[in-house]
Amino acid sequence: MKGIPISALLGLFFTVLYFLAAILAPWIAPYGMSEIVGDVWEPASTQFWLGTDNLGRDLLTRLIYGGRNTIFVATMATALSFSLGAILGFSAAVYGGWVDQVMARLNDLVMSIPTLIFALVVLSVMPVTLTVLILVMGLLDSTRVFRLSRAVAVDINVMDYVEAARLRGEGQRWVIFREILPNALSPLVAELGLRFIFAILFISTLSFLGLGIQPPEADWGGIVKENREGIVYGIPAALWPAVAIVTLSISVNLVADWVLNRTTSLKGGRGA
Amino acid sequence: MHPILKLVAQRLALGCLLLLAASVLIFIGTQILPGDVAAAILGQGATEQALANMRADLGLDRPAITRYLEWLFNALQGDFGVALSNGRDIAESIAGRMKNTIFLASVAAVVSVPLSIFLGLLAVRYRDRWPDRLISAVTLTSISLPEFLLGYVIMFVFSVKLGWFNSVSNINDGMSFGEKLGAVALPATVLTLVVLAHMMRMTRAAILNVMQSAYVETAELKGLRRFTIIARHAMPNAIAPIINVVMLNLAYLVVGVVVIEVVFVYPGMGQYLVDHVSKRDVPVVQASGLIFATIYIGLNLLADIISILSNPRLRHPK
Repeated sequence: MKGIPISALLGLFFTVLYFLAAILAPWIAPYGMSEIVGDVWEPASTQFWLGTDNLGRDLLTRLIYGGRNTIFVATMATALSFSLGAILGFSAAVYGGWVDQVMARLNDLVMSIPTLIFALVVLSVMPVTLTVLILVMGLLDSTRVFRLSRAVAVDINVMDYVEAARLRGEGQRWVIFREILPNALSPLVAELGLRFIFAILFISTLSFLGLGIQPPEADWGGIVKENREGIVYGIPAALWPAVAIVTLSISVNLVADWVLNRTTSLKGGRGA
Repeated sequence: MHPILKLVAQRLALGCLLLLAASVLIFIGTQILPGDVAAAILGQGATEQALANMRADLGLDRPAITRYLEWLFNALQGDFGVALSNGRDIAESIAGRMKNTIFLASVAAVVSVPLSIFLGLLAVRYRDRWPDRLISAVTLTSISLPEFLLGYVIMFVFSVKLGWFNSVSNINDGMSFGEKLGAVALPATVLTLVVLAHMMRMTRAAILNVMQSAYVETAELKGLRRFTIIARHAMPNAIAPIINVVMLNLAYLVVGVVVIEVVFVYPGMGQYLVDHVSKRDVPVVQASGLIFATIYIGLNLLADIISILSNPRLRHPK
């Protein structure tokens, strides 16, 4: 742990805290997830730390369970987009030639349509379930990972040690997983943080538009949707998810920055 | 033919091809994926017979290629068909909303582009001192929030607590230009903040990159004021990447508008799209999707062409 800057430590601390809260939600939440415990939009009190929501449910409880759903979907989508994007990107770089060209052009095509618009188009005919959401988000986001990992792998692919492995008679799979992957890991991990934040923002946006996680399940975007009417009367219930999202994404950003900086200094400041 | 004209013509042709491919993709997204439009409209309790009738009504029993070509040719002639949910002509509904959306996006663009360039210059001038750090911190926070939440935070502060603006941005043809500006003030502010961060950071990076050149050092040794150096010597050479970023962000604005319109109940294209996605009104979704994609691809293409044109080496080949 030595040599980690304070900002990264702080980021790491809050990130871990959020993940712990997500995993332990049923044990740390003060009330049941959809339990109606008070009046509509009660102000914050010692009984309800953040007040109650539009149906009289405890807001802190909703926020903790909401974080659980939001973080779960975002994590799964990021995992999918990373494994798919990185493997396809490395393969494109290693195989080269027309395989590379076809994959890269197809990727450009998908990226030419704005992600949100594409997701809306697809979600208009697909049933909105957790699996569909994770698949749609993961597949759309894998285009970004594909582009980065392809670019990184093209650089690594011309290194001497890769040629040495090839001359040794190693197959493409060895080259991808044993030569390129370990050397491409640092920039990818930094990107992982950014993609994860993007996934959090994206699932929140979808839920806010009513096309993400469906009620009565809680999630950060959904809490805003449920409590938006209150804003006009000066009730800040809908703004609490903002606090949660900002702290989580800044924390992850700080960690990602640190990983990226570490990478650049490892490579003699050449940049990743 | 001048080589640059050839290059631009190539890009244009490529853009048209991309657009065509994007329309195929949008069509595939709604028609060929496992999701079934008829089942989506009728819900889960529909009988086999009702489903078959609905498919025949929508022409879903014909091959996908026929339906795609028909849809594309009609769309090219400005005919998007009628909405399933209310039977209204889609092209007609879109026309009025399109105007509102473009108005909102242009107001945001007119404010954000000069502002972000100015802030970028300022951040370079006071690099690593408090103005630079303050600008970075504010922009970092604003990109850590999803657009809709930023919208509600701003609505909460400026319309509910301070009471300066209406929380709902209604707009109609009877309003004067000034009234319209007042109505879109809040959504335009949010959109500005959303794209400002990215544009400002890229401007800052582009200028900092140029600041390391020898001619900037010469200008410094000549004893010019720092701001003059940045504005007169560094800025013109950073203009190509800056224009590129500006165009990309304008393209991004088109998408950001979707969510912001829902937040401020603004009668534009974005709200139209989102409404009809939840109603599973596929023709409307296809039409709006195609229009958004066209604008997005068009602006990206424009960014490409401008960056070609702004490169003097390409403009005056040896």
